[in-house]
Amino acid sequence: MVKKSPIILALVSLLHYSEVFANEAFVRSNINLRTGVTDISQQVYDLHMTIFYICVVIGIIVFGAMFYAIIFHRKSKGAKAANFHESIKVEIAWTIIPVIILVVMAIPATKTLIAMEDPSESDLTILVTGSQWKWHYKYLEHDIEFYSLLSTPKEQIGGQWIKGDNYLLDVDKQLVIPTNKKVRFLVTSDDVIHSWWVPDFAVKKDANPGFINEAWTKVNEEGIYRGQCAELCGKDHGFMPVVVEAVSPDDFDAWLANKKAEKAAAQAEEKRLLAMNMSKDELMSEGESVYMGYCAACHQQNGMGLPGVFPALVGSPITTGDVKAHIDIVLHGKKGTAMQAFAKQLTLKQVAAVVTYERNAWGINSGELIQPKDVHQLLQE
Amino acid sequence: MANQSNANTRLVNRLLLVVVAMFGFGFALVPLYDVFCDLTGLNGRSVQRVDALAQSLVDDSRVIKIEFVTFDKTGKQMTFRPQAQYLQVHPGEMKEVTFTINNPLSHLQIVQAIPSVSPGQASLYLNKAECFCFNQQSLEPERVSEFKLKFFIDKDLPKNIEVLTLAYTLYPIEQPVVAQVLRR
Amino acid sequence: MNTLTETASHDTEHHHGPAKGIKRWIFTTNHKDIGTLYLWFAFIMFLVGGAMAMVIRAELFQPGLQIVEPHFFNQMTTVHGLIMVFGAVMPAFTGMANWMIPMMIGAPDMALPRMNNLSFWILPFAFLILLASLFVEGGGPAFGWTFYAPLSTTYSGDSTALFVFAVHIMGISSIMGAINVIVTIWNMRAPGMTWMKMPLFVWTWFITAYLLIAVMPVLAGAVTMVLTDKYFGTSFFNAAGGGDPVMFQHIFWFFGHPEVYIMILPAFGIISTIVPTFSRKPLFGYPSMVYATASIAFLSFIVWAHHMFTTGMPVFAELFFMYCTMLISVPTGVKVFNWVATMWRGALSFEVPMLFSIAFIVLFTLGGFSGLMLAITPVDFQYHDTYFVVAHFHYVLVTGAIFSLIAATYYWLPKWTGVMYDIGLAKLHFWCSLISVNVLFFPMHFVGLAGMPRRIPDYSIQFANWNQLISLGGFAFGLSQLIFLALVIKACRKQGEPVPAKVWDGAHGLEWEVASPAPYHTFTTPPEIK
Repeated sequence: MVKKSPIILALVSLLHYSEVFANEAFVRSNINLRTGVTDISQQVYDLHMTIFYICVVIGIIVFGAMFYAIIFHRKSKGAKAANFHESIKVEIAWTIIPVIILVVMAIPATKTLIAMEDPSESDLTILVTGSQWKWHYKYLEHDIEFYSLLSTPKEQIGGQWIKGDNYLLDVDKQLVIPTNKKVRFLVTSDDVIHSWWVPDFAVKKDANPGFINEAWTKVNEEGIYRGQCAELCGKDHGFMPVVVEAVSPDDFDAWLANKKAEKAAAQAEEKRLLAMNMSKDELMSEGESVYMGYCAACHQQNGMGLPGVFPALVGSPITTGDVKAHIDIVLHGKKGTAMQAFAKQLTLKQVAAVVTYERNAWGINSGELIQPKDVHQLLQE
Repeated sequence: MANQSNANTRLVNRLLLVVVAMFGFGFALVPLYDVFCDLTGLNGRSVQRVDALAQSLVDDSRVIKIEFVTFDKTGKQMTFRPQAQYLQVHPGEMKEVTFTINNPLSHLQIVQAIPSVSPGQASLYLNKAECFCFNQQSLEPERVSEFKLKFFIDKDLPKNIEVLTLAYTLYPIEQPVVAQVLRR
Repeated sequence: MNTLTETASHDTEHHHGPAKGIKRWIFTTNHKDIGTLYLWFAFIMFLVGGAMAMVIRAELFQPGLQIVEPHFFNQMTTVHGLIMVFGAVMPAFTGMANWMIPMMIGAPDMALPRMNNLSFWILPFAFLILLASLFVEGGGPAFGWTFYAPLSTTYSGDSTALFVFAVHIMGISSIMGAINVIVTIWNMRAPGMTWMKMPLFVWTWFITAYLLIAVMPVLAGAVTMVLTDKYFGTSFFNAAGGGDPVMFQHIFWFFGHPEVYIMILPAFGIISTIVPTFSRKPLFGYPSMVYATASIAFLSFIVWAHHMFTTGMPVFAELFFMYCTMLISVPTGVKVFNWVATMWRGALSFEVPMLFSIAFIVLFTLGGFSGLMLAITPVDFQYHDTYFVVAHFHYVLVTGAIFSLIAATYYWLPKWTGVMYDIGLAKLHFWCSLISVNVLFFPMHFVGLAGMPRRIPDYSIQFANWNQLISLGGFAFGLSQLIFLALVIKACRKQGEPVPAKVWDGAHGLEWEVASPAPYHTFTTPPEIK
């Protein structure tokens, strides 16, 4: 037995290792799947651990046998080779036993899958639309919609500033959902395929252009949950996080009311803007922030674009030519290219500001000022 | 040696045939995929077309919620809306919904609405007698056009499906028709 | 390059030796020369693809954007994948097939020598085109090696045309190589070399070759559809014209999953050859190995959609593909059990090929375990498109396919060159590779489970420590391969002890009955098989 101690030690340490995985403190750490905050995510986690343990046990048996042979059946120790090369019984056994193990795995897996895809009536429906490179959320029953953009400052990405705690996982407007209610997500895309993923809900659904997909969740705990786009969707695939805040149903109602009030106020503001002119400074500073948020990903901060992929704005006939054509392309995009229609993403004021900015920044200084009412007028045409 | 090379040639020819056949199979996967979708509702597009006068038994015991979602991908600021966000229907009951599209442009625009149903399987039980998505539609300039959808849900709709979402995405038609012909 | 078989021909009687100079290599129809060309080409591509991996790991060394732009980063991940799959692993196996299959079945050469020459020589052009596409305006392909539409159609740059052209050439080359292997094995076996006497490497390649001719044309179809969608207005994958982008994934993975087995079945053959040699015991369960290979090949055609669970499929489809995928672990398990049973009660010794084979068995099985976990649909929703997947397929491809290729090289290199390579260097190469490859890929499981998506140039700070370690492992693994390069060059220059015809005392097979180095022409008269 003394001779066998190294193996036993190895086995024990392997077992110990697997116990460490089960430890609750470890679960929250950053080396394992998280249990999440829904019943489904808990089931998924349990399934993950079950299969992991089965694999560990199989691994111990198979590698144990192999290392036993490696240690004790060495030629250098004078081992003489046996000559057997088949055994129908053994071969049948190690075909049948794995099949049985697989069946044992398949049963809980099937149950979990069916629970996940339960299409019964939900309390709230949210339309999730991916586009390069942001998410758009629309509460179908409440006529509220907004875009959700990465809010990590460029300086943090570039390394000039210290990176924050939620580096790359922060957005300007997060999705808000109520706890303990079944929420249904309808997922689709405006351009390429994206994938909407919140690890804590165990929800990952591809957003396919022209098609809708469904996913459901019922969150048990209040909190902010972060995920990312999970399908390569072009240049800024790594920069379109998903942030969901789960709040109590009461808080959710309050939030809804607040959003509706905000929307009414914004509409009043638009009306007011139509009647007045904004100053150049106002337009330029608003324009810069809009440009950095919506345009710089492709056309770059210096307006030079990326040759062959995204056209430069500096010196382009769009920014130097007819103003109407310029506003038009911002509002409606350009078909067959990555240039999106921004009419629904930006307010009149923002469009006016960004067009002004593009015609006056980077040393162009055309002096042209575009007012919200100009944009409004074009929209009416 | 001559035998050998004959045998080689024969085998090479056979294998080349497999290669050509598999290249063809790659393309055959396109219609096969459509067939497969029609059988299983895989991509949520296999809506059944039925005669406008089709009759079906109405199953009063169940109420299905059918939601309508619209997307405008024309990039032309069309306002595309269903007359109702959703309807509650009994399986087998013929219903009619109107969709409106506002064309703000000063010229005629041809569009095609592409449907998508979720859950995909439900598309097999959605019977449309009349739909604007069957054909391309031309939108008169600066006018709101109305379009009809007449449908009923098959009473065999699986019991676990209580909510059904019907999405339409509006695409502008500018590309040559060749593209369509090639695909079909 | 031309030192490898320079003196290989001196003792053949009936045939002239190789031509001299560069013309020898351009016009050669000799299976050994072409095998050599394939192997060197694959190794060069391995270094090129590896250099791209180094760029990726350097950028991911710490959070933030330091070295490359995201757009260039995407080009690196894309071209790294394409080069490693089509430029390194597949040509390396074809090279092994060229060198070894005729010698293993007692044939004088491949059945179609001129086609053999052509199938190799179009390959460098394919990769020149692919690499050149990185320098065109707008950069090279940046949509991942899986080139999902519409990212690769409407939203891609103009280098897509070059990419499609390059993939077509690679495909034609692989198809010609596969046809050659099949015809050779059908028609050129020495008298008495019955099907069930064939070495397992020959068997696995035979089945692989059939997979190749079945699925490479489908890939050709897929890239053609991408091309016509992008440039000729078709709508295969465009919803606006009645197409479906998800259909692209079905077509791609109908090719893609058998492709995975194309890259691993010959590896099974290699391991099944090496393990018995150094266990000094016949392979356990030879017939079950053959049947297992065939069943894996068959199952590979009906599991493709397990790459697409998140695209939104009906539950019954998800269940079907989950069950089929799980089933693959049965024949794969049989293989692993057979290898262990072969070692059981053998007289084991641990020469370098055996070391790599043992590493293969352990690490490939780890990759198999993570593969089994990925097969479970509900959990796959969490793993899909994270670093867990990256860890999985690098375990099966690097410590699987590549380790088997390295093991094969250490096993047959003395036969090719006639000298024993520097064993000290080889052991150094083994230990450096073994440790660094695990430092490189093992923590990827952790960051993947913790939620790091794949194909991102920048990541949230919680993943920083592991990524730093992964990058260090990556650099170490990359550098370790230079030891291998030095060792092979040394061996090709004949620096080392001459070896007898039968290099390894436990080895069996016809390749050990010819002299070392293997003469330029072997088995011009078929050997007798007992």
